[in-house]
Amino acid sequence: MAELWHDAGCTFHPLSASDYLPQEQLRALQLHRLRAIVARAYDNVVLYRRHMVERGLTPDDIRSLDDIRRLPFTVKDDLRDSYPFGLFASPMSEVIRVHASSGTTGKPTVVAYTREDLDVWSGVMARTFAACGCQRGDIIQNAYGYGLFTGGLGAHYGAEALGATVIPISGGNTERQIMVLKDFGVTAVCCTPSYFLHIIECAQELGVDLRDLPLRIGVFGAEPWTDGMRQRIEPAAGIKAYDMYGLSEIIGPGVASECRAQDGLHIFEDHFYPEIIDPETREVLPDGEEGELVLTTLSKRAMPLLRYRTRDITTLYTEPCPCGRTVRRMRRVDRRSDDMFIIRGVNVYPSQVETALLQVEGTLPHYQIILTREDGLDRMTVEVEVTSEVFSDRVGAMEAVRQKLAHAIDHVLGIRVNLRLVEPNAIERSAGKARRVIDKRKL
Amino acid sequence: MKIQQVSVFLENKSGRLSEPCRALADAGINILTLALADTQQFGILRLIVRDWKRATEVLEQAGCVVNVTEVIATEVPDRPGGLADLLNVFENAEINIEYMYAFTYRSDDKAVMIFRFEDTDAAISAMQKADVSVVNSVELYSRAGD
Repeated sequence: MAELWHDAGCTFHPLSASDYLPQEQLRALQLHRLRAIVARAYDNVVLYRRHMVERGLTPDDIRSLDDIRRLPFTVKDDLRDSYPFGLFASPMSEVIRVHASSGTTGKPTVVAYTREDLDVWSGVMARTFAACGCQRGDIIQNAYGYGLFTGGLGAHYGAEALGATVIPISGGNTERQIMVLKDFGVTAVCCTPSYFLHIIECAQELGVDLRDLPLRIGVFGAEPWTDGMRQRIEPAAGIKAYDMYGLSEIIGPGVASECRAQDGLHIFEDHFYPEIIDPETREVLPDGEEGELVLTTLSKRAMPLLRYRTRDITTLYTEPCPCGRTVRRMRRVDRRSDDMFIIRGVNVYPSQVETALLQVEGTLPHYQIILTREDGLDRMTVEVEVTSEVFSDRVGAMEAVRQKLAHAIDHVLGIRVNLRLVEPNAIERSAGKARRVIDKRKL
Repeated sequence: MKIQQVSVFLENKSGRLSEPCRALADAGINILTLALADTQQFGILRLIVRDWKRATEVLEQAGCVVNVTEVIATEVPDRPGGLADLLNVFENAEINIEYMYAFTYRSDDKAVMIFRFEDTDAAISAMQKADVSVVNSVELYSRAGD
C-alpha cells in the first residue's frame, strides 16, 4: 500500500476515508442505512409500498443485511412506468436537480437529487478521481457530455470536490479537445473509452503525440470496455487508463472505481449495496460468482432504488486489495445482459468478438457486428477496419488475415461468421457510446 | 534497381477506386501504371508513381491504408515467347513471383513489366546472371515521360 501511494505521489483525500472502513463498521453502517432507506421508500413511494404490502412486509422486517433478499427487485420498466416523477421520495421543493437517461425506446428515465444527494454524488466522484490517482493540482478535462446525461455534471462536481481544476469542455469537437489537452497542460481526462480512442486517432492525424503531453490519467466509463482496449490506450497516449462505473438510475458515475492496482472496481459500498444474482433464476449468488449486478441505494433521498437490476454482468470479490481499500471490488463490466444477442441459438456478447479480434495480432478493435436474416437463416457479419499494420499488397496475405480473424471469432463463439475487411473510418465513430451491434433482422 | 510500389486497400464497393485516384490527381501526381487485384471481399490497388513518398502522404491524408513495397521493372522482348523466356529464368532459379503487371508504354521492340517477388534480392541476382536488364527508377520515370 505504501509503495502505491509513493508511486502515485498521492496525498490522502479525506473524502476517501470511507473506502477504508473496517468490515464490521461498514456492515453496521450499511444495515443502519438500509433500514432507513427501506422505511423512506415504504413511506413515500407508492410502488415500494405496494411491493412490500403484497409480500406482507413492513420496514421492521429488515433486521439484517441478508433480509434485503426478502424485498422484490426493481427494474427499468418500473422507472418507465412511473415517468416522469412517480418514484420520487422527496417533495419537489427538496428536489434541486433532475437528470434523464437517453431512452432508446420512447420516454427517457428521469432521476432526481436533493441537496444531500448531490453532496453524496460529488463525494463518490471525488473518491473515484482520488482512487485513479488524481488530486488537487490536477487539471481535469471533462469530455463527458453536459446536460441531461449524468456523466458530464457528475464528473464535474466530483473533480471540483476533489480540488482539481476542471475544464468543462463536454463531448465532441475533437480537434478542439486536442488543442485544449495540449495548450492547457491537462493531466487527466475523462470520457468514454471509445471516444478517447477517437481522440488518439485524431491526434495522430494532426501530428500531436499525446505521449509528449503532461497527460497521465484517463478516467473512462459509461460503456463496457476491455483490457484489450486498455492495452491500446495506455501506450498510445502515455497514460494510465482507469475504469469507473455508474448508472444514472443509481446516481450517475461514481458507483465504483478502479484504483491504481487496476484489478477490479471498488464499490462505494457505504452508499450502494451490491448483490449478484443469476439473471435467469434471480437467485442471489455468493461473492466470487458471476452474475447480474443488483444495487440498492443506501443513502439516496430524492429517489431511492431498492434492489435495482442493472443488467450488467460482473463478479464481486472480497480479497484484500494492494491499495488498502476495504470495500468490495467488482470485476470490470465488459458486457450487459441486454447487449447480448442470440444468433442461431447461441448467446453472444460483443466483448467476446472483441476478445477474438484482439487475439489476432495487430488488429485494432474498430469493428461492428451486423446481424441479418436471409431466407430464414440468421447471418452474422463482422466488419473490421484494415490498419497499416496488417495491410499487405499481396492478396494472399490479406485473405489470410481475413480468415485468421474469422477463425478466431469462430473459435470463441462456435459460430461461422462472414468477416469483411473495410477501409479505415468506414465504421461510424460516435462521440458517445460506440455502437457495436446493428441488428437488421426483422424478427 | 528496385522500384517503390504504392498499394492501397479498397473495399469491393462501387466508387471506391475513384477516391484515391482523385486524391492523387488533386495533388498533381501522375500514375505511371497501375494494377488492381480484387477478390469478392476487397481489392488492392497497386501504383507506380514517380514521387512515391508524396503519393503515400497524399493517400494517407485522404484516409487510405497505404503500403509501400519493392518491385522490379524489367524489359521483355515484344515478340512471341519473350515473356516465357524471362519466366524461365525465375523458374530455373526457383524464385517465386507474387504477381506481375505490364507497363502502359513500350520502347523500341521491348515491353516493360513490373514483378513482385517473394525474395526481391534473389530475383535481382538471378536476372543479372541471366543478363536480363533491370530498369532502374530514373530510367523508368524518364521513359514514361513523367
